[in-house]
Amino acid sequence: MINSHFATMTNGRAVKLDVIPTLAFDDFKKAILDGTAAGQRVSAMFGDPTSQSEVTQLYVVMADDEQNQLYIGRTHIEGDQFPSLTPQCPQVHLFEREIAEQFGLKPIGHPWLKPVRYHRSKTGRDAWNRPSDQAVLPAVCDFFQVEGDEVHEVAVGPVHAGIIEPGHFRFQCHGERVFHLEIALGFQHRGVEDAMIGGPTKRSIHYAETLAGDTTIAHATAYCQIVEALAHCQKTARAQMLRGVSLELERLANHVGDLGAVANDVGFLPTASYCGRIRGDFLNLTALLCGSRFGRGMIRPGGVGFDIDDSRASELLRRLDKAEKDTANSVNLLWDTPSVMARLENTGPLPKHIAVELGIVGPAARASGLVRDLRQDQPSGIFRFSHIPVGTCDTGDVFGRVFIRWVEIQRSIKFIREQIGAIPAGSPLVKVGSLAPDSLVATLNEGWRGEVCHIAITNEQGSFARYKVVDPSFHNWAGLAYALRGQEISDFPLCNKSFNLSYCGHDL
Amino acid sequence: MFKIILARLRQGHHTMEYPDGPAPKLSDRFRGCPVVKADACCDGCADCAGVCPTGAIVIKDNHPCIDMGKCLFCSECANACGQQAIKYSDDYRLAARRREDLVVCNDKPAGPCDVEMERDIKKLFGRSLKLRQVSAGGCNACEADTNVLNTLAWDLGRFGIQFVASPRHADGLLITGPVTQNMHLALKKTYDALPQPKIVIAVGACAIAGGPYIDHEQVKNGADTVVPVDLYIPGCPPHPLTILDGLIRFLGQKEAN
Repeated sequence: MINSHFATMTNGRAVKLDVIPTLAFDDFKKAILDGTAAGQRVSAMFGDPTSQSEVTQLYVVMADDEQNQLYIGRTHIEGDQFPSLTPQCPQVHLFEREIAEQFGLKPIGHPWLKPVRYHRSKTGRDAWNRPSDQAVLPAVCDFFQVEGDEVHEVAVGPVHAGIIEPGHFRFQCHGERVFHLEIALGFQHRGVEDAMIGGPTKRSIHYAETLAGDTTIAHATAYCQIVEALAHCQKTARAQMLRGVSLELERLANHVGDLGAVANDVGFLPTASYCGRIRGDFLNLTALLCGSRFGRGMIRPGGVGFDIDDSRASELLRRLDKAEKDTANSVNLLWDTPSVMARLENTGPLPKHIAVELGIVGPAARASGLVRDLRQDQPSGIFRFSHIPVGTCDTGDVFGRVFIRWVEIQRSIKFIREQIGAIPAGSPLVKVGSLAPDSLVATLNEGWRGEVCHIAITNEQGSFARYKVVDPSFHNWAGLAYALRGQEISDFPLCNKSFNLSYCGHDL
Repeated sequence: MFKIILARLRQGHHTMEYPDGPAPKLSDRFRGCPVVKADACCDGCADCAGVCPTGAIVIKDNHPCIDMGKCLFCSECANACGQQAIKYSDDYRLAARRREDLVVCNDKPAGPCDVEMERDIKKLFGRSLKLRQVSAGGCNACEADTNVLNTLAWDLGRFGIQFVASPRHADGLLITGPVTQNMHLALKKTYDALPQPKIVIAVGACAIAGGPYIDHEQVKNGADTVVPVDLYIPGCPPHPLTILDGLIRFLGQKEAN
């Protein structure tokens, strides 16, 4: 369905700001509701200040995966409130909370309006009317509470028992059974979006690389595509191939690590031990390319920072073969062990219709039966020419989220082998010129957790006037909370690992 | 059961020989301790300092001094230098006890710092060190490569080092991240909950000086703005080998060379 009220846009192609329609709020709302009813997703919804302090612009970027198309629209909000869309369109719930926090705009009718990252707004307004001399402290807010005999509350974090990022979790329990889990984040908030404004600067690429350290390649790629689109820079096929290989290596390391971590959480140590080690073998393949296990320095505006030669390519393939065999040997133990399968199956189910409503992305969406993969739906770079088939599961449980990773591991390895087997000629890096003024561009990439979305708006000088980052975790944390409903509290680590979401990617 | 035993045989033995044997081979593109060749510097040139994203380079007496505590090891400085006065070597031994020892200048002798802990503390912790990890901002890469030390190949447990689940059980803190405003209180409370004597290890550019987020209003510029730090391990993120080397030399379980 064509979204008649919004302008069409393609992943990674800049548009001039004046082609983006500014709608009356009711039309803006209707276009979003009609779009989501027709199967589109809200990839991003965000505020942008205007020259008048009482007027805020709201932008929305919708993804139509059927049509390989994006839609963009905007509206003006005057004053300090707007009618919430969340009751009719749950997938914008966190975007509206973010807008409330960043701009002090109240989405009236939002069912559970809480801060997201616990900081003061850009505008001096406060959606919660907190006194301006009162410190804003993380996780200091209302929490959903269940009352009754034998109902108790378990609070965990921000500092956790292992080597884990900070977050605060509240479980409302009856005995072992969890009625409700509420997650408060924001502890990692370090102001990246604000710091991008005025860029690109020499720090911008480093902000992108450290939005979520385990997603360095995907975030750096999204950022570089922004710069390249605005500068009308054509990368070589060689650079695009090397970016694709790096992205799949990142997926491999993380997926293998997650399979090991899930095995550890069900107490199955063979796979836990082997996969922990093999994850390192995949990280070291990224280091073979660029010297850093996390891909720092690999993705640069205009292409890649490091080229590949024949001997490096054959070394990569040799080690890939070995890692593939080790992974298969280790992971297949899971499916052959009934005690493991008994813990994975039917634990933490996320039904397909809930995944649609919440706007879940990545392996978690595919495990719930959604054919949703940006490498196919909104392809960019090498994925426009070389395709990786999308796998899905229909169980939506921990088993589904674990098994889908195994499917993706096998396909990513095959993809890398094909790409490295036929390396296109060309320069790894081309020069990038200055950025087009008064433009907007959105870039979407399928990181290992799902949709990594960056959006930049330039001012009349061609500098970033607004930079928006949506990590896949921003969509998926609500999915984890939902999956735990009715489960035992002891299933939390398992459910958590099966999503393995980013705190820093959410907190920015 | 049969398949598990077969897999065990197939996967083999992987615990590394290091530190008794050679260190594991790193990528030939690994960027370790920077080396400055000051005689190569041109008069009045500051190209390296100009491209550094975090202000890690200051020009002193016409040559660069690189603060590894701030350095992201992106090697932009080396790429910008027409004279190849800066090179990132393969030396992974980067840890230091004092903040100023992380600065690499021309007049600095090459090679790792002495980081061994004081004798009375070593008597307590030298063979058994329980650490509590606090992630205080940052990107989770330092945490990930610290966690790697617990995998079979690195096997941190053989050095008597273990990450524990409560500050009450810990001898020290291992801190990552620049310390966001939102983690400030939690970090202080965790530190206060540790019994005396206690040590603090700052891992990564963020925890040492703020990393890429240096001078953001949302963060402190590193762990030592909140708690006293006993060992600094630079990198963005540091390689697991850099972290392990720092830890075991700190405990006096390994000589520098």
